[in-house]
Amino acid sequence: MATAREVLGKPGAPAVVFDHVRLAFDEKVVLDDLSFTLIKGHTKIILGASGSGKSTVLKIIVGLLRSDAGVVWVNGERVDQMTERQLMSVRADLGMIFQEGALFDSLTVRENVGYKYFEETDMPIEQVDRRVEEVLGFIGLSEHIYKMPSELSGGQRRRVAIARAMAFKPGILLYDEATTGLDPITATTVDDEIIKLRDLEGVTSIVVTHQLRDAFYIATHMAVRDGSGAVRVVPATPEKADEAEFIMLKDGFICFEGNAEELRRSSDPYLKAFLS
Amino acid sequence: MLHAIEEWLKKAALEVQEYVRLVGAAFRGIVTPPIYGHDIIEQFDALGWGSLTVVLLTGLFTGAALASQTGLTLDQFGARPVVGRLVSTSMVIELGPVLTALMLTGRIGSGIAAELGSMVVTDQINALRALGTDPVRKLVVPRMLAGIFMAPVLTIVSDFVGIFGGWVVARFQLQVASSLYWSSVTDVLFVQDIEQGLIKPFVLGFLIVTIACHVGLRTSGGTQGVGRATTVAVVGGSVAVIAADFFVTQILVWTIY
Repeated sequence: MATAREVLGKPGAPAVVFDHVRLAFDEKVVLDDLSFTLIKGHTKIILGASGSGKSTVLKIIVGLLRSDAGVVWVNGERVDQMTERQLMSVRADLGMIFQEGALFDSLTVRENVGYKYFEETDMPIEQVDRRVEEVLGFIGLSEHIYKMPSELSGGQRRRVAIARAMAFKPGILLYDEATTGLDPITATTVDDEIIKLRDLEGVTSIVVTHQLRDAFYIATHMAVRDGSGAVRVVPATPEKADEAEFIMLKDGFICFEGNAEELRRSSDPYLKAFLS
Repeated sequence: MLHAIEEWLKKAALEVQEYVRLVGAAFRGIVTPPIYGHDIIEQFDALGWGSLTVVLLTGLFTGAALASQTGLTLDQFGARPVVGRLVSTSMVIELGPVLTALMLTGRIGSGIAAELGSMVVTDQINALRALGTDPVRKLVVPRMLAGIFMAPVLTIVSDFVGIFGGWVVARFQLQVASSLYWSSVTDVLFVQDIEQGLIKPFVLGFLIVTIACHVGLRTSGGTQGVGRATTVAVVGGSVAVIAADFFVTQILVWTIY
């Protein structure tokens, strides 16, 4: 009989499960009876208007907020009742990219990206530096390694935030409005990083956004390596596109769940208004 | 009206509860791993070395002004030569610890509240937690240790410089002989006075830093909130210093004299 760890390690195993989750701040209900499952290696794109509870979902997964009711599973561990200390082990496999990047102002790009290794492990400095260079190379920011966050553009800051989150090779990455406030060209470079991490590194992703263009781009594209080893982002095959599922939140409820095509074809007036 | 008072009391009780929880977590952070050694060294440097100039200047001018003022009063009793006694006891028992603490509140308390507050409103604290770092251990513990141990060191420096400032005025303005001044400085200074002057800064340093950390970590409301947190840290810290000085003095007078 397979152990829980073996089952969770297989393709098709759930990475994140929300089971009837509820959260309210005083009188205001932010999430009401929210349930969904995210399969390992897949992408969940959470859409919704401002204040609909999108970012709250991510914060509950990481344990930055605690739900009032319901059960939250991350990699087979129930996180909704864990103490801050117990959550540390769950967070080892989670990376989160915050709205404005949330880079540490007083640290260089190198120190930001290698933060977890520098502060939380005994890994030799040379090894950490190699990993930092590797990650910055992956997102194309190698030449900015010794810059301070204040010297970077908005898009570069978001990409460094992605690099920081992926540096310790987490299995799940959570993107909180990673492209908000960026011009379309810069936003596409960030989207490409999200796609590359998902398809080349096998990262399970939850993308919170209200930028429809970015949401559909991530859902309908895939990264491939050509014969020379170069990475290209191309339109996704139907099977690959099905691995990206949309959730539309409205007043804490899920008002739509399905793939990009189903979302486009929906006749729901709210969805139509949102997509128009 | 009653409802407003009830709300205020609830809010105050919540603040006290959160402050006590923070202090408890910080003390646990001192005795259990992980301990961020380089942050502790950094904070000792920032709080100690970084505050030296302001403490030197405050101590020097306080001692000098004290000698100048008391010299005039002592003249009325023909007691000008004992000005050193007054300067030394005032500086060591009261003015050294309190003025140093007030200077630290202005310089360190505001800085800590602004720094932590900015980290809160820009999600850096959440990013720390998401990266597996406990913000209390990483940010509060080093600052608290620096506050507790550097405040007494700075107070000693302030005491010496204040007494030196008193000597400058006594020697060149009041025309008191140096030997007379320096012998009177030690005449009435008892071990209990020095103990009192050294125990107080431990408590005051702890209060300044923990209040600033508490206020900073509970910042909300964007950049305006950071400004508010800075003001609250300085005002709250200053009032706490004066109040704690009174209560610690009562306890020490009761126990060590």
